[in-house]
Amino acid sequence: MGFLDLTDVRKEFTGGTVAVEGFNLKAEKGEFVSFLGPSGCGKTTTLRMIAGFERPSSGSITVDSADITDKAPHLRNVGMVFQSYALFPNMTVAGNIGYGLRIRKRPADQIKKRVGELLELINLGGRGDRYPWQLSGGQQQRVALARALAIEPHVLLLDEPLSALDAKIRVQLREQIRTIQRQLGITTIYVTHDQEEALSLSDRIVVMSEGRIEQIGTPAQIYNFPATTFVAKFVGSLNVVTAKTVDGAAGTVTIDGLPVRTVTPFQAAVGSDVVLALRPEVVTIVGEGEAASSRTANRLHAAVDEVTFLGAVVRTRVKLPGGTTLNFDTFNDPHAVVPALGSAITIGFPAEGCLVLAD
Amino acid sequence: MTSSGAVAATKPSRSRPSPARFFWWVVFILGVLYFFLPLLATLLFALRSQPFLSAFTDTLTASDFWSALGYSFVIGIITIIISVVLILPTAFWVRLRVPRARPFVEFITLLPFVIPPVVIVFGLLQMYANKPLSLTTAPYGSDLLLIGAYVVLSLPYMYRSIDAGLRTLDILTLTEAAQSMGAGWGRILVQIILPNLRVSLLSGAFLTLAIVVGEYTIASFLARPAFGPFIALIGRNEAYRPAAVAIISFGLTWLAMGVIAVIGRGSRTRIRVVGAH
Repeated sequence: MGFLDLTDVRKEFTGGTVAVEGFNLKAEKGEFVSFLGPSGCGKTTTLRMIAGFERPSSGSITVDSADITDKAPHLRNVGMVFQSYALFPNMTVAGNIGYGLRIRKRPADQIKKRVGELLELINLGGRGDRYPWQLSGGQQQRVALARALAIEPHVLLLDEPLSALDAKIRVQLREQIRTIQRQLGITTIYVTHDQEEALSLSDRIVVMSEGRIEQIGTPAQIYNFPATTFVAKFVGSLNVVTAKTVDGAAGTVTIDGLPVRTVTPFQAAVGSDVVLALRPEVVTIVGEGEAASSRTANRLHAAVDEVTFLGAVVRTRVKLPGGTTLNFDTFNDPHAVVPALGSAITIGFPAEGCLVLAD
Repeated sequence: MTSSGAVAATKPSRSRPSPARFFWWVVFILGVLYFFLPLLATLLFALRSQPFLSAFTDTLTASDFWSALGYSFVIGIITIIISVVLILPTAFWVRLRVPRARPFVEFITLLPFVIPPVVIVFGLLQMYANKPLSLTTAPYGSDLLLIGAYVVLSLPYMYRSIDAGLRTLDILTLTEAAQSMGAGWGRILVQIILPNLRVSLLSGAFLTLAIVVGEYTIASFLARPAFGPFIALIGRNEAYRPAAVAIISFGLTWLAMGVIAVIGRGSRTRIRVVGAH
């Protein structure tokens, strides 16, 4: 049993829309878990069920072995940070942070001390007497985080907290969130549709689609070994292509008639379609006369379709003889010659970099 | 040279009044005349009393003026308190949990516009003046009826003011944020929603007060010593004093509006800045 357990949680709204189905998760104490998925996949609904704002249609939610499924939100001791900050406009920064403690009738000196500590933690020391409208978006969200942490919640819930901020502040604040979370060792659920955010912050990621869990794993597992086509397409920039089975037991297929080896045996009839995922960073250009190696065990002839300069990397799109396109990334080298558009090249990738996906 | 020339070139076109602008100025001036000419006439009429300003000094020193105004003021305050206690949770709940019921609630609150006060007061008398309640046999009973009627009359103004205020707040998120802090419904209403509706509540409160202070029909039928019947009474018996009373009550209303403007100034700034993020 984990610290936060969601067991067979299902949510059906009035009108028959099923938002979440068969959701099972065991989060350990101090773990940082992200719910990742596109809009409407049920991640926020699941978070709101943990907070108590939505009641599950079936299933149970326990925190530290206590069943909170039917408990009112204000009795759960769950801290929440919202996308729109939701600071109380009539209260100062200190008033906002200390609000939960005042409800818990903590002595005034304790509240003052705790508020001071949290202001220091979020680097807003000395700004306790400001009002929310006097702060920038990033500062407001830090105050919202401090307010949620002030009550020492069993679980901290963050609902796309960085979505309303600009890119630079977003990166800074997400690093700050991770540092504070590690420092306090608080079990955290983070909802996001941003893959980079989820990959950089989380101990584990729950990838969701259409109300169901597609895959649960560490960021490396999710990125390197996507379990389904959806995960492969949604996380990162993997090439997802359809291949024809040659010998499933040996893991051999063809893409546009060109033979490709994988290291995962699979069950499929000869000639049937399977979906392959290929990470762009494992693909390289094979030089003329270059000796065979494990890095280029699979070799395909292709034509350069597009070259995009992205700063640190150069993304090249190639077209295989049958029209299938593949992207691959190479580190930017100012002295390297970029392949010309339309030129014929040979690309290579290892058998290990090629994954056969479930639907 | 070039830039200053460009500035000089744009200046005349900016200052040239367009036909539309001229039209709106005419409308504005006509509006001002429409509202202020009767007021000016009333003031000039009141000033004709002899000795000079006696209509004003007599009014301000008369105990019946202050007792009638004081009575209406107290009834108005009680009406406002009851209205807020009834309407704030209702409007909050409708917005938060049953938005589909909003048209129905709006319809109910608009009823005082279509049911004349005389019908309301006759209905109240039919229901409460007879046995077993017989509320009109004691003064406080009539006061209760008067307050009840005024709460109904204030519904459209108070509901609309509060509802407009709630519309400017993200009440769902604020409520959920407060709940996650451990606040129950009472705390949320009193500590989070109410303080953020300060300007809306003040607007509704002053509109209610203005209605209560000027109301004649219901107070007259219930035989209460309110300000409305007092103005009607002196209007029948004296020449210049009713005009002075009208000017004084107008001044008091403007004073109240000034208070709203002063108190509301800070909040408007806040809403604008928060919205800019």
